Amino acid sequence: MTSNAHSFDVARIREDFPVLHQMVNGKPLVYLDNAATTQKPQAVIDALVRYYSADNSNVHRGVHTLSQRATEDYDSGRSKARQFLNAASDEEIIFVKGTTDGINLVAHSYARQHLGEGDEIIISTMEHHSNIIPWQVLCQEKGAHLRVIPISDSGELLMDEYESLLSSRTKLVAITHVSNVLGTVNPIKQIVEMAHSQGVPVLVDGAQATPHMPVDVQKLGCDFYVFSGHKIYGPTGIGVLYGKAELLEAMPPYQLGSDMIKSVTFERTVYNDLPYKFEAGTPNIAGVIGMGAAIDYLTEIGMDRIDNYEHGLLEYGTECLSGIDGVKIVGNAPGKASVLSFVMDCAHPHDIGTILDTEGVAIRTGHHCAQPLMNRYGVPATARASLSFYNTRDEVDLLVKAIDRVIEVFS
Amino acid sequence: MPGLNDLYQEILLEHNSKPRNFRKVDDANRSADGYNPLCGDQIQLYLKVEDDTIVDVGFQGTGCAISRASASMLTQSVKGQSVERAQEIFDAFHSMLTEPEVEVDYDTLDDLECLSGVSEFPTRIKCAVLAWHTLLAALNGQSEGITTE
Repeated sequence: MTSNAHSFDVARIREDFPVLHQMVNGKPLVYLDNAATTQKPQAVIDALVRYYSADNSNVHRGVHTLSQRATEDYDSGRSKARQFLNAASDEEIIFVKGTTDGINLVAHSYARQHLGEGDEIIISTMEHHSNIIPWQVLCQEKGAHLRVIPISDSGELLMDEYESLLSSRTKLVAITHVSNVLGTVNPIKQIVEMAHSQGVPVLVDGAQATPHMPVDVQKLGCDFYVFSGHKIYGPTGIGVLYGKAELLEAMPPYQLGSDMIKSVTFERTVYNDLPYKFEAGTPNIAGVIGMGAAIDYLTEIGMDRIDNYEHGLLEYGTECLSGIDGVKIVGNAPGKASVLSFVMDCAHPHDIGTILDTEGVAIRTGHHCAQPLMNRYGVPATARASLSFYNTRDEVDLLVKAIDRVIEVFS
Repeated sequence: MPGLNDLYQEILLEHNSKPRNFRKVDDANRSADGYNPLCGDQIQLYLKVEDDTIVDVGFQGTGCAISRASASMLTQSVKGQSVERAQEIFDAFHSMLTEPEVEVDYDTLDDLECLSGVSEFPTRIKCAVLAWHTLLAALNGQSEGITTE
């Protein structure tokens, strides 16, 4: 057991993550780049090793024992992902390479079919490039327009502006659940209700939400929801696209090849049923199994407890960073996930990142694949500390100490 | 582990806080834009070249301390030099950062030597060379943006 039902034993949890126990540049590693990718618990590493050492085989093909084992594990990975999102059925869970791949699938197989000249797709100012470019290029191709919901200085969507952007020309709303830079948690349920009242479907980029909070796609009501395995403590190269069955049924395949077919002659191909219609080629079997182990691990701890613990840590971090002269937090929305972007008067984010690294503190610096958002705040880049449930208050203190070192160097 | 003091030497920090020739050269006849897509550093470099001599040079843009100090020192070191000499300085500078086995040409580099610590921080070499690649682009008449990628 990782923890009991009452207390959140972070020291015990840290034991599950071998990578955390190392020295970097002579200092204990303080890993605060969780929004870029999360570290893997031993349970995930073991699941990958077990699959490759004992069960490796192709799925849905062989009659032999190993293929059967691999297929069972692979299929159970789908059920775990369904439960993780509380989707209505396994067939609504499409395995993709990651969030970017899932969004591109919807752009190709859904939006391209419905978008015409003069139509519109609505996104927001706080989108990651991967939830901008597929829509931008598609709009250019179709003579359609990309409309952008503005945000307030604190980093909240301006819902009145959103309402006024929705119209009969809107064919899709594509919005992030949680901003990877600001940490803002967007009111997805309300966004979906407003779009649906105009008959507009909604895609939600869940890459930064799924690591931090329970997600229920049926409660949110969204039509598509996408996330990446490596941000929920699973392997890279695997992710999930959730889609409502009736939408997925009506969509043409994304890629063509094996596994996505029922029958093939040289004249004609009959496509497979959901979800296989969207999964051409031998899938990322190990990835699915590893992600399944990550979901088991998170479920055992409990997403609501993770949410709760991380909120405490975020509050502490916000308080500490706000107290440092010359540090400004970017993104102060009332509802936030545990992401702390900041800029400093004395130093450029890139210099902050290098100095923090010499103190063993790993953060991300740069534009975070959100250049339009950087422009909105008039900064070329930010430094970003993103916290996980395996991080501690002591580590936040080490971050603060490392920031003091930046001030020392640049004063 | 190389120390921070090797990287952020006093002279570098001084150039960062008070960059030299941080201005547009109004009568420039060569210019180029440089961009590091990884971190968002941007630089515009302006040159006035007469009879094969760089008679004036200035830069504008945003960037980290290393890219800014490097650009500032660049303007000092190439101003008044021939185009050929500027190329020699570029070569010596580039080799100091990327070819640890080659002996540093102190005579050519002069103050630029204070950036040698950057070679110990591989992720930061691009910051130091951005202005220099932009210089070459401007001298070669490549006016469209160049990137470090």
